Amino acid sequence: MRITQGTFSFLPDLTDAQITQQVEYCLEKGWAIGLEYTDDPHPRNTYWEMFGNPMFDIHDPAGVMLELQACRKTFPNHYIRLMAFDSTHGTESVVISFIVNRPKNEPGFRLVRTEAPGRTIRYGIESYAVQRDAEGTRYAGSE
Amino acid sequence: MDTATTLTPGGLLEASGVRAVLDGLDAELIGLAPVKSRIRDIASLLLIDRMRSEQGLQSTPPSLHMCFTGNAGTGKTTVALRMASVLKQLGYVRKGHLVAVTRDDLVGQFIGHTAPKTKEIIKKAMGGVLFIDEAYALHKPENERDYGQEAIEILLQVMENNRDDLVVIMAGYSEHMAKFFASNPGMASRIAHNIDFPDYSEAELMQIAQLMLKQLNYRFDGEAEPAFARYVHLRRQQPNFANARSIRNALDRIRLRHATRLIAAEGVPTRDQLCTLAPQDILASRVFSKKTRGD
Repeated sequence: MRITQGTFSFLPDLTDAQITQQVEYCLEKGWAIGLEYTDDPHPRNTYWEMFGNPMFDIHDPAGVMLELQACRKTFPNHYIRLMAFDSTHGTESVVISFIVNRPKNEPGFRLVRTEAPGRTIRYGIESYAVQRDAEGTRYAGSE
Repeated sequence: MDTATTLTPGGLLEASGVRAVLDGLDAELIGLAPVKSRIRDIASLLLIDRMRSEQGLQSTPPSLHMCFTGNAGTGKTTVALRMASVLKQLGYVRKGHLVAVTRDDLVGQFIGHTAPKTKEIIKKAMGGVLFIDEAYALHKPENERDYGQEAIEILLQVMENNRDDLVVIMAGYSEHMAKFFASNPGMASRIAHNIDFPDYSEAELMQIAQLMLKQLNYRFDGEAEPAFARYVHLRRQQPNFANARSIRNALDRIRLRHATRLIAAEGVPTRDQLCTLAPQDILASRVFSKKTRGD
């Protein structure tokens, strides 16, 4: 199951050339780019790990792409997202975020039904990958 | 760019604004003929490359990593600073900013510190020019565990793989740089342009002095100019002469004496007095007294 989230969730995965153009746009706006990775794709998992420092003094997308290549090399089978932070007073938050790398094989989610009092059913989802293995080893076998 | 194909190379030079850049260099940098001619060559190549690609011919951007060597005060740093904007106007680099670093900015203090530090700097320099002043300091042969070598290796890799993204300019004194390249043959082979900055002649030093004074709104009066020419002649023969830097320092000291003279004088100095340097400001220099003592 292909997991989507963020700004271009309705599009196919962006190519490197397209990512470069998005980064160019962000840099023109004066936003700082950051890279984050995780192997827990649950939609409520908002706090991913940051790869390196947020890049505040970059002038050209090539610098960001260099960092992205390094991140992909380190975590080839993790989800990686690229996000831009707008430090303008009053905004001071992430304004763009999209996935730039995903595991080859994404097993998807299981629907969990929990019986509650009065024949109520509570629904939840659980990632097969997260269930199967511990953090850091989850998508290792999917190459 | 339809019109460009019909233009002569000279016309294209004019139209692209490159001519203005080159003329600006000519006007603002005194002497330095080898440097200017190399910049002119690079500009021509980039223009011809553009015409070639319009004709569907193979055009690969040339490698522009450079090394500036020369004695102290010959303008290595000044030219490097201008190189970024020149390359930007020639359309070789995308952003045209300059990141000036020395050994301290690249080399870390403990194991594992150097690589992130160097990469951070390289990321910042992408799309522009990375200027490494006193680059020979990266290599310390007396300490085989020195982390400088690690920085050199990362630089080499980036200079090769990201040739389109950044230009690396190294600067340093001739003999030190020669030693540096001898012990790092990989670095020497990746630097396409070795530009040697010649020492300035006396006439050029005078021109530089005039230019500096003009920028500061000062001028020599009638007798001060020959006095300064004599000063330059004597100073050049002394040890530790650092070309344009020595001239700048000399002018600073002359301005100090000029100011003291005006304070000591009675009355309010006129606008004319405020910007005119007199011969006594120059002749008070130690350079002249040494000369007489030496005789």
